[in-house]
Amino acid sequence: MRTSALLVTASPHVGAGDSTPKIMWHVVLSLVPIVGAATWFFGPSAPLMVAAALVGAVGTEWGFGRRGTLHDGSAVITGILLGLTLPPGLPLWMACLGGVFSIAIGKLLFGGLGQNVFNPALLGRAFLQASFPVAMTTWSLPAKGDWWLLRGDLFALPFTSARPLDALTGATPLGRLKFEQQPTALLDLALGTTTGSLGETSGLLILACGGYLALRNYLNWRIPASIFVTVAALASGLHQFAPARYPGALFMLFSGGLMLGAMYMATDLVTSPVTNLGCWIFGAGVGVLVVVIRLWGGLAEGVMYSILIMNALVPFLNRWTQPGLFGAPRLRAGA
Amino acid sequence: MLGRLKFRHGVHPPALKELTARVPIRRLPFPDEVVLPLRQHAGKPARPVVRVGDRVERGDTIGEADGFVSTPLHASAAGRVEEIGLWPHPDGSYAPAIRIRVDASSPQAARPRLVPEWTGLAPGALIEAIRQAGVVGLGGAAFPTHVKLSPPKDVSIDTILINGCECEPYLTTDHRTMVEYPARVHLGLRVMMRCLGVSRAMIGIERNKPDAIEAIRGTLPVDLDVSVHALEVKYPQGAEKMLIKSLLDREVSSGKLPLHVGVVVQNVASAATIAEVFDTGLPLIERIVTVTGRGVRRPANLIVPVGTKIRDLVAACGGLTEDAREIVFGGPMMGSAQASLDIPVLKGTTGVVVLTEAETKPTVSYPCIRCGHCLDSCPVFLNPQLLGQLALKERYEEMAEHHLADCMLCGCCGYTCPSNIPLPQLFALAKAALRKRPAAA
Repeated sequence: MRTSALLVTASPHVGAGDSTPKIMWHVVLSLVPIVGAATWFFGPSAPLMVAAALVGAVGTEWGFGRRGTLHDGSAVITGILLGLTLPPGLPLWMACLGGVFSIAIGKLLFGGLGQNVFNPALLGRAFLQASFPVAMTTWSLPAKGDWWLLRGDLFALPFTSARPLDALTGATPLGRLKFEQQPTALLDLALGTTTGSLGETSGLLILACGGYLALRNYLNWRIPASIFVTVAALASGLHQFAPARYPGALFMLFSGGLMLGAMYMATDLVTSPVTNLGCWIFGAGVGVLVVVIRLWGGLAEGVMYSILIMNALVPFLNRWTQPGLFGAPRLRAGA
Repeated sequence: MLGRLKFRHGVHPPALKELTARVPIRRLPFPDEVVLPLRQHAGKPARPVVRVGDRVERGDTIGEADGFVSTPLHASAAGRVEEIGLWPHPDGSYAPAIRIRVDASSPQAARPRLVPEWTGLAPGALIEAIRQAGVVGLGGAAFPTHVKLSPPKDVSIDTILINGCECEPYLTTDHRTMVEYPARVHLGLRVMMRCLGVSRAMIGIERNKPDAIEAIRGTLPVDLDVSVHALEVKYPQGAEKMLIKSLLDREVSSGKLPLHVGVVVQNVASAATIAEVFDTGLPLIERIVTVTGRGVRRPANLIVPVGTKIRDLVAACGGLTEDAREIVFGGPMMGSAQASLDIPVLKGTTGVVVLTEAETKPTVSYPCIRCGHCLDSCPVFLNPQLLGQLALKERYEEMAEHHLADCMLCGCCGYTCPSNIPLPQLFALAKAALRKRPAAA
């Protein structure tokens, strides 16, 4: 070995072996089964929708991001997550536009990876919800024997009115409950055989995929735990109080986008608190807002706005929950 | 009250000690020359008292202490002073050093006692003898031992803790010292207990060294109140604050020292060295060094004269492998990388770790993704994420407000950071910048 080849770096000279791209690509990997399930339930519309959102997100990162940021995988996560929050019959150009908005406004405008305040995928979805309210709330039924059928006028040209839907549509379980006072069977909710966004279906599968990330310490388990506990406690309390008006805890946990939101959106490392105590409070805040919006708000579903509102509070949560210095009298919280 | 034998936070780097854990300590033949930097320890460097051309015997004083937090420096081999000038120092700078051409023909061992017998000495004379012998902490920080043994009059010390954790990966000098020379550890401890007038001592050893625990337990002196405790294996268990927490459940608060909670902590190698100094009558002129890592062909634990160059150590261990890439003094968590094979071993050099290409960390960093892993690892409960962001913007005063001074640069945050942000380096830079600025700024 030549002496001139000696490497001189700062300590520590060894690392735990994780890297930011590795974490991001593991998240992508864990989303594959969920996209697979969406395809199983909604047919070819599901992968097409995810692909359209991906094209928008990744293309924007490639075109306008700093050089070499594509391989860190974060734009891919945003694209897939956005795709999973969309209804199966949405025209594809809208999904693609949502992806562009997510990355351009939701991430790059703030300064790129690590700088954004709001979850980019949810910001993109909020943009689509505000721009195309009808298309964003037209829910097709899961496939039953007509798997190959596209769920809507996917290939409508931009800014033309989509042809009327051929496929059957229906209200989501939350919408049915809110506007028609109709319950949905719990088993259907847990397995995913209901109407909803692509990723709003199989709660158990999302729980398993997110659990894998939690085991690898790629997401802070305290956030979903806190959301679940808060929603379950509030829902079962209200259910006890008025069973006819308020649904039970399990319905609240497994309906709508709660599972996907709790496991994948609220746990976005960049837009959630850095302290463990902050994560508990953040999750509790999301849980309370979800219950309030769902039960008393004008919308059927509130996970998206709950998380975006709590995203805005993260800098304050971080400031209020600074760790107590070793040797100082302190609040022993947050493990 | 006894501690719970563990502390909170910290990290679990692979220990990798199996390379040398069972390799008995052996003595290295004298090298052709030794280079003794005058800055061997924390505090002020020694002042040279020899001139170029002087003939020195092994153990002769070649540098005198400059003030209280300073120690004398002694020739580690007999020979002729070739040069007094700037030489590459392990800290990365060029620093004043004395280069001695070793006399191959003259006897290196036998000579009259330079350090008095310890048995009849009063505490004050003992501490003075330890100072004259140039003893510093051998665990890495190299703080002059006589300073630690002279606490201010207004604090009372009730316990001496002996640190046998050796929580840095790779290193086995303390481990082998405990296994091979347990009686020396106990004798050194006995001397220090007399110096401080303390009747209780505790020895803390990480659980992954059962043979060391057994050796130390098996030789416990019956007339002293000394207990041995097996501690959780976690980095940085051997940091003073963590060791005190684990053994005594006392927390040294911000800006305070172990003596403020009634404790003095000494490394096992320091204890063994004190014993050896009084035993042989020679000052501190040699130490045990682990030369290890996958980049060395035959890793070993060696007794070497202070001032031996990396080149000679590596040669004694079969040379470097083809893929050797980075040479680190100390362990890989806190050690400093060396740029030249001519850099000499100091009194505080615990080991020379040679990392291969595959083991070194990538040099590319990513933006902080605020994952919070650094907060979960920091053993003193800082917010390295916030400190890192402030450091990148050079907002050093704000870092001071967020307790930068409490950071001990243990490296846990940098170890866990998935974005490979060089947090400890940023913090060291900030500390240096704050020292240079006037306090009012």
